[in-house]
Amino acid sequence: MPFVKAKSQKHDYDVIVVGSGAAGGQSAYTLCMDGAKVLMLEAGRRYNPATETPMFQTPDQAPLAGVGTPQKPFGFYDATVDGGWEVPGEPYVRTSDEPAGRFDWWRARMLGGRTNHWGRISLRNGPYDFKPYSRDGLGFDWPIAYEDVAPYYDKVELLIGVYGSNEGLENTPDSPPGCLLPPPRPLVSDLLMAQRAKRLGIAAIPGHKAVLTRPLDFRNSPARLHPGSVTAQKILAEDMRARAVCLWATPCGRGCSIRANYQSTTVHLPPALASGNLDITTDAMVYEVTLGRDGRADGVSFIDRTTGKPQHASARAVILAASACESVRILLNSKSAQFPNGLANSSGRVGRYLMDTVGSSASGQIPLLESLPPLNEDAADGDQLYVPWWLYREQRAGKLPFARGYHIEFGGGKRMPGHGTGAGMEWLTGGSYGLKLKQDVRRYYGSFVHFDGRGEMIPNEHSYCEIDPSVKDKWGIPVLRFHWQWSEHELQQAAHMQRTFAEIVDAMGGRIHGPVQSDGAKAIAPGGSIIHEVGGAIMGSDPKTSVTNRWCQTWDVPNLFVTDGAVFASNADKNPTLTIMALAWRAADHILERMRRKEL
Amino acid sequence: MDRRTSIKWVLAASAAWPLSGKYAARADPAVTGRGYGSDPNLLAVYHPGELWPLTFTAPQRRLAGILADIIIPADEHSPSASSVGVVEFIDEWVSAPYPASQRDRPIVLGGFRWLNEEAARRFGKDFPDLAAVEQNGICDDICDETRAVAVRRDAARFFALYRDLTAGGFYSTPVGRKDLGYIGNVPLARFDGPPPELLKKLNLP
Repeated sequence: MPFVKAKSQKHDYDVIVVGSGAAGGQSAYTLCMDGAKVLMLEAGRRYNPATETPMFQTPDQAPLAGVGTPQKPFGFYDATVDGGWEVPGEPYVRTSDEPAGRFDWWRARMLGGRTNHWGRISLRNGPYDFKPYSRDGLGFDWPIAYEDVAPYYDKVELLIGVYGSNEGLENTPDSPPGCLLPPPRPLVSDLLMAQRAKRLGIAAIPGHKAVLTRPLDFRNSPARLHPGSVTAQKILAEDMRARAVCLWATPCGRGCSIRANYQSTTVHLPPALASGNLDITTDAMVYEVTLGRDGRADGVSFIDRTTGKPQHASARAVILAASACESVRILLNSKSAQFPNGLANSSGRVGRYLMDTVGSSASGQIPLLESLPPLNEDAADGDQLYVPWWLYREQRAGKLPFARGYHIEFGGGKRMPGHGTGAGMEWLTGGSYGLKLKQDVRRYYGSFVHFDGRGEMIPNEHSYCEIDPSVKDKWGIPVLRFHWQWSEHELQQAAHMQRTFAEIVDAMGGRIHGPVQSDGAKAIAPGGSIIHEVGGAIMGSDPKTSVTNRWCQTWDVPNLFVTDGAVFASNADKNPTLTIMALAWRAADHILERMRRKEL
Repeated sequence: MDRRTSIKWVLAASAAWPLSGKYAARADPAVTGRGYGSDPNLLAVYHPGELWPLTFTAPQRRLAGILADIIIPADEHSPSASSVGVVEFIDEWVSAPYPASQRDRPIVLGGFRWLNEEAARRFGKDFPDLAAVEQNGICDDICDETRAVAVRRDAARFFALYRDLTAGGFYSTPVGRKDLGYIGNVPLARFDGPPPELLKKLNLP
């Protein structure tokens, strides 16, 4: 059972999984390894990282030195296929084009979705992050607590391989022994940043990233992850042995042909396919969940992109894992007499409470890092160290003008030169050219540092999506219309990030490049640009105010589940992917249990 | 000549932007390419001109090379910009059907015309035919946007862009990487981090 065309699909699947990224990959993996028959539908094309990844290609081999364009927004060699903030033939509508009021929607139409190119940063939500309303009266509590999700964080870390360390910091959870791989050595710039930030009371610690710094524990982890199934253990052990350790070169965003980092296509799908329980149909653009007479989902309708024709697939249960907004779109487009406003939308909350991450950036130049000897600093492609949120006490004491935290992602070092090297340096060189420019570029190369603040956005009534009444995509499927608004909490937080970056650069003896934005509306990156969009089908404990229950099961349709970021009731500063996978695993376990009890 | 007089002379002698006369913006050919699409082959090696038609005429190519080599000349560490394909890279850049390229295209082509007009006003020749010291004299006046006089602000913007493109093209090549001592992009069995003696020197833990 592997890749099948629409006409070759069977009719006795246990579960249809819509989407093949972090949520779809994890859902299918958990189900298949436990014996469930799964049909996965992916809107994009089949994609094979082993043969398609440009591992060591250099910028001189690419068009335009590999620089990003609207057709390849993260650069020519980025893994993304048929994706970006604009997808030809698949429009969406924005109600504002203003930087502080717009939302841009990233999609990747390919097997594995955006897991092929993502940043691999894998942070656990902490205990506070599941109960934000209880702490400060804003937003919503989740119907689950950290303790409910912790065992699944453990499992995901063991399965995919995440490096990091346990530091015992507030709301920054440690992992049980054996879960994390050792972090890589920091770079010179990392150590300088950590040393100087410490003087400001800001602690930098090893990052958590889904990159193999040593082989996975194929002897012990399979039994820990699949205690009930010798077959599953055997499949996983073999697959873990086939994944290579990081070779300390080539950017992770290109994907990894040796499977040293996590992408759904290299980690989730191979063992799921090896189980014999997974069929995958690519080029299958799902637009509707169909409802049987009994009020249960009986399958999905999709466009076969190879023929342009509508098709139907059926199963006992349906999991939407198409990415937060695409899953919302499918629900809202699934209208029936019983659900005139969209499926599972009796609460009217489908599409509501979209959140992204608060983002703000700065860069600086550090004289201490000038003219260092040649060093290979490719390392783990960044994220050797990061700064978790450090002002919980000040926030509790009401000393900050915003309610939630952010972390700082830091970058520096002698990265591979390319387009941009030696550019925009007039502020340092006074406009040198000729022999002096060559000397200046050598002097400054490797002395630049970069800071990305990543903060929590509180859900609000003004950030949501709905179906546009007139616009359709090239398949005739109605498209989403986005509304977006930040609150003062996010704007103040972005301005605080700017001040912090300037302070750290100053403490490093360097100069910040460009203005330090004190106006949050100018400091904040537009909605959707951090590509951490979550919410839209939030989980809760009340069917009147939420879309799913604590198991990612829709309140209205018992055999319909949403396992992607749409169910997030809050969006902590921690990057969402690890939590998406943990929740998807947990939901899939629940589905398996209900199936065993014949309830599904 | 006192300073005030020299400034007056310089201002009077500076070509205006937009240009007039023989160097005025002709209708530059429109860009016709459609780009490489959203699913290009990432493993192929690409060369300028393969994906979309290039723009530069023979005289523009000559000027492009001379200016690129004024910005990045050969020295004891590495050869000049034009010798590693930077002219072709910039031609590819201004010919690409993408927003950044479309934005830069009139600045580069207009800048070439400005250089020739300025050279003609000052020395009665096109820019490529000037002596090196004459070429540098013009470049000195436009190499720093913050110091350029108002009438040459646009020319300075062009020079800054052309310098960025020249550097980008140059440092993207194997020669550029070697010039900067970049030693990565090779598989390593393990990553040891910075050498202890360097950390000690920098007083880092």
